[in-house]
Amino acid sequence: MTETIVAIGTRKGLWIARSADRQDWTLEGPHFLMSEVASVAVDTREGRSTVLAGVKSWHWGPTVQASTDGGRTWTESAQRALAFPADTDTALERVWQLTPDPNDTDVVWAGVEPHALFKSTDRGEHYELVRGLWDHPHRPTWEPGFGGGAVHTIVPEPGHPESVLVAMSAGGVYRTGDGGQTWAPSNPGIRAGFMPDNEYPEYGQCVHKVARGQGEGELFAQNHNGVYRSHDNGATWDSIAEGLPTDFGFTVLAHPRRPGVVWVVPVADSGERIPPDAQLQVQRSEDAGATWRQQATGLPGHSYTCVLRDAASLDAADPVGVYLGTRNGDVFASADEGETFQRIATQLPDVLVVRAAQLA
Amino acid sequence: MPSAPVRVILPGMLRDLVGGVAEIEVESPSESQTVAELLDRAFSGHRILDGKVRDERGQIRRHVKVFVNGEDATRGEGIGARVPAGARVHIINAVSGG
Repeated sequence: MTETIVAIGTRKGLWIARSADRQDWTLEGPHFLMSEVASVAVDTREGRSTVLAGVKSWHWGPTVQASTDGGRTWTESAQRALAFPADTDTALERVWQLTPDPNDTDVVWAGVEPHALFKSTDRGEHYELVRGLWDHPHRPTWEPGFGGGAVHTIVPEPGHPESVLVAMSAGGVYRTGDGGQTWAPSNPGIRAGFMPDNEYPEYGQCVHKVARGQGEGELFAQNHNGVYRSHDNGATWDSIAEGLPTDFGFTVLAHPRRPGVVWVVPVADSGERIPPDAQLQVQRSEDAGATWRQQATGLPGHSYTCVLRDAASLDAADPVGVYLGTRNGDVFASADEGETFQRIATQLPDVLVVRAAQLA
Repeated sequence: MPSAPVRVILPGMLRDLVGGVAEIEVESPSESQTVAELLDRAFSGHRILDGKVRDERGQIRRHVKVFVNGEDATRGEGIGARVPAGARVHIINAVSGG
């Protein structure tokens, strides 16, 4: 029987919601109570029920924990699974992103703070620094965003194992076409409105999240002010913010099967990080951002919370499930592509990451 | 003549990781050793503790304290502080967080 799980990483631990029908949910947890869980990946490749979590104890530092039974039990490598090499004289601060690779079922990517990308070729047991990005001459000039300086988004290209896109706040989008040996910024069209003179620099944009759509070369990006689409795998970007209540937000989600279907979770403004008109909502487009419509049934009004960059997820069921976690500890689930939501968790610590998947 | 061993006392939060071990006795090769050398020896049989107490550069984590005979070594010379033979060393999670 297929089970849907929603892994919910928060400032003070990890919870897991489970459902057989996406209507009735149970909530398990906390795992890692009092440790921050900023990144989660559910690895269902080859029928696995593996869950990886980037966990940070305020006392005992960051690590990667792994579960092979869908998040019920966890193990941690006695050796450091993910650490900077000695010659970098750098210490890991936080694992911001864990991304199973679609082209190689043994590969897992990790984006970390400070700005760096790691690659595991043993399903997440050990990770090695991707030197090509670490040695990039731009790196010393990448600035930390408010939450820290990190590679927070990793978007491999299905069918093209040498092609990977990463995004950073604030550094912008970088791409490799040779498996990570060399990287180049790829931000044409993305505005950096906070820059005093040149608002379209080569790099330095504050890209909050990038999602791969199903159209040819289709990517969507939510920026620090700005929502964008690319038709050429990130070589160039066009604004699709018109029609949205605001161009600010943190997250973006793209339908796993239908080209052009995309969701964002708008936030009123950079200086006003609440839902527009205090109505928690998602905005959905079915035409790659040409038009948008609000979906808010079941989501609260009079809401002064916020959905962070990784605190939203889709599952792969039909119809697609949409999941949101908020900074005030609620998690909402939709089993009908965002038309209606129900609250499946409440009173949790602030939600940093939500990842949903179907387990066999 | 062998020197008296150093006793390293673990905080409760770390004992669960090593099967409830509360204290590790470490041989002292001479009259004293540095905190770094002591931790290398103490953690050689408990590798998971190393990543909890020190980062990959070997520095004591920001919210961890190492007390040598009641004195906070992390305030002074840090991992270079000398630990005399026979010392009692407490590893403590700092009172911080929210």
